[in-house]
Amino acid sequence: MTRTDPTDVPRPDARLHFGVFFQGVNHWTIWSDPSSGSQIAPASFLQVARTAERGLFDAFFLGDGQRLRESEGGIHELDVAGRPDSITQLSALAAATDRIGLVSTSNTTYNEPADLARRLAGLDLLSGGRAGWNMVTTHNAWTGENFRRGGFLDHADRYTRAEEFLSVARAVWDGWGKDAVAASADARSWSVPGAVGRVRSRGEHFDVDLAPTLPRSAQGHPVIFQAGDSGEGRDFGARNADVIFSAHGLDFDDALGFAEDLRRRLRAVGRPEDALRILPGTEIIIGATEKEAEEKARWVRLEQVTPAVALGIAGRLWNIDLSGRDADGPLPAEDPVIVEYTGTFGSSRIKDALTTVAEWRAKAEANGWSLRETVIELGPQRGHVGTPAALAEKFARFVRYGAVDGFNVSPYLVPDGLDDIVDLLVPELQERGVYRTAYTGTTLREHLGLAPVE
Amino acid sequence: MPRPALRLAVELDGDGAHPAAWRRAAHAPGELLTARRLARTATAAENAGFTLVTLDDSILPPASGADPVGRIGAVERAAFVAASTSVLGVAPVIATTYAEPFHVSSQLSSLDHLSAGRAGWVVGVEEDPAAARAWGRPLVEGPAARAREAHDGVRVVGDLWDSWEDDAVIRSVATSRYLDRERLHSIDFTGETYSVKGPSIVPRPPQGRPVVLARQGLVPAGLTDVALVGGPTAAETGAAGEAATAAGVPLAFAEIEVALDTPRETARERIADLERYSPWEERPDRLRYTGSADGLVSLLAELAARVDGVRLLPLVLDEDLSVLSRLVLPALFVRRLATRPLPGTTLRTSLGLPRPVSRFATSTATSTSTSTSTSTSTRTVTSTGTALVREETR
Repeated sequence: MTRTDPTDVPRPDARLHFGVFFQGVNHWTIWSDPSSGSQIAPASFLQVARTAERGLFDAFFLGDGQRLRESEGGIHELDVAGRPDSITQLSALAAATDRIGLVSTSNTTYNEPADLARRLAGLDLLSGGRAGWNMVTTHNAWTGENFRRGGFLDHADRYTRAEEFLSVARAVWDGWGKDAVAASADARSWSVPGAVGRVRSRGEHFDVDLAPTLPRSAQGHPVIFQAGDSGEGRDFGARNADVIFSAHGLDFDDALGFAEDLRRRLRAVGRPEDALRILPGTEIIIGATEKEAEEKARWVRLEQVTPAVALGIAGRLWNIDLSGRDADGPLPAEDPVIVEYTGTFGSSRIKDALTTVAEWRAKAEANGWSLRETVIELGPQRGHVGTPAALAEKFARFVRYGAVDGFNVSPYLVPDGLDDIVDLLVPELQERGVYRTAYTGTTLREHLGLAPVE
Repeated sequence: MPRPALRLAVELDGDGAHPAAWRRAAHAPGELLTARRLARTATAAENAGFTLVTLDDSILPPASGADPVGRIGAVERAAFVAASTSVLGVAPVIATTYAEPFHVSSQLSSLDHLSAGRAGWVVGVEEDPAAARAWGRPLVEGPAARAREAHDGVRVVGDLWDSWEDDAVIRSVATSRYLDRERLHSIDFTGETYSVKGPSIVPRPPQGRPVVLARQGLVPAGLTDVALVGGPTAAETGAAGEAATAAGVPLAFAEIEVALDTPRETARERIADLERYSPWEERPDRLRYTGSADGLVSLLAELAARVDGVRLLPLVLDEDLSVLSRLVLPALFVRRLATRPLPGTTLRTSLGLPRPVSRFATSTATSTSTSTSTSTSTRTVTSTGTALVREETR
């Protein structure tokens, strides 16, 4: 093992952090393979969480999404779907795991702050300080149709609501002072007089007045995770987050650029540069040789992007029902149909279809790709592929140069998709001194090396 | 023909039914809000042979003044308890007065999935205007409006549980479809104050619908599985139970606050000790029993002719649970006055309730949804004793 000369490396002692993202609703989790298990059975959650804990991961994440996706006028049928309520599921995992952080993706648009803050604090207490909250926002009135308040938020308001939401949540978590409960039953009162406070908050979005019912957990507050790649989202993260869950983790320069941009924003709001961790989402595909890894990656892509999935994705781009076409044939000859409303919900709208189609056609022609190959090659590139040693070298460079602090891994198979990473990659990282060999703390905040909550 | 034996439930909130119960708890006050304490109490209830535990809740503090003002949310505690036990039914109190029914549905459905079919729901109501201020929502004022919210909430939640037919996940490699959209349904609920579209984000719970328990009269009989009844005397309690089942609720459980004699002190002495600190106010809808274990067995034998089960609310959990476990439940089981749940059964099965068919199920789908033995799931119990393992066959 050769260690890079410390004088050349900004962070020679940096450690890589791993989280695992149990996504819930997506077409990247392969369901057609015989080794693929249930997306909802307790055994699946338990196995993934325990494997991650065996691999000394920082955190186990659950995704969010409060309405089933639709396409072509009905529920989208092709992908894995169905997810548990995340805080409920994680509270069960708190009983079945010891160290791993438990992170709930919870939406600020469809929750109320006192209620959600209490649920998160309950998870934090039951897990001994292992809770995290991945804050997401939406203004989506379509999802709002499942809620009594309906679609009630302008796009511009979603971050102002989120910010006010977080400030109420923090007030709830800070509601009780240290040692707020009597030391013995002989005391005059169960709570120490003056130690249990009250939260009164009246703002643009919330008018609440409550007596919080929970003490602080071992880590003070749940750890705040945030995604959001727009300038507005990055600023929100720089002001508020402990961890950024980014999409900039594939290419070194891109990742470093994102990290430097965030550090600039941190300085601008007066927070230290090491106040937060950057964990891009990624897939990791491992083979014994580079060739084997590439073959496996190819297999993964073909399982993820079945002919029907390829026709569905292309159909949304063209805005034409392509089901029944040949995905292994050429791209549709028609021009895309341009309308304001694509008829598809719950997945990102495709902007500028004419330009994208022209680009797809040019590249397909130049490379001799079928429609399905084009969808695979030009779709989002999702992961790192290689041998354990090569990946360990690559990740060590990413983390030591400050491009990332780790990765949030989306396994392409559930429940045993983490096995390779834990059994093969983690030891290589440990050998290079870039990964912990034991948990040194008990709380998620400690795992991440974050400063204690004041 | 004699009625089936009693099913036994116990309330596990806080340190017991008396507001000052914490004074006699076997742990330091702060320990109340910990995982260790919760797991220990739940394990004691499971080992004793209870079929079900309930967990009270509100967004407001559980007591005022000198008594405990702290409480972890009931859903979070229920999920933790489910993962710490293997046969016990678990029913959190959730009020739909201000909560979003869509979230409530997902929470209970998830509890049922993660417990392999052991979830119940005690339908609650937030009566105090302070709850509206804590939620930051307009006040739901008056009994009629609160009943409407409870009624609408239970209806929406039940419809959402039905919104995935049992076999909606088809995993058809041949057609490349994970779901069959024909077996997923918008519920399109429109009530007086809100509407909910659906379908749920959680597949149909293992029990079809988790068991719904509600105070008699709070929600219509057709939406309730277990009516919680009570009265100042055993006769009135029995009559209330008979009235509930006559009104069409499948089961009636008597609510009984219990204070038992322990080897060191009588129940009366124990109550008197706590009354020095706070009063234990009587409730018109609950029977109260104070005395020996034998006396409680006799009372339950008397009630067994008129109700299907009991929910016990012990004075002090750390003291009364132990007497229940050592003296009361064994006597009931020996005399076949009560039954304990069998490993590997759902709460519905333990209670003798049928598994409901989704109201959206078509005739071809219902044949697979009438019993758990023919559903798509098989059950195994892990070596660690938890029942988190529930593997689906494909």
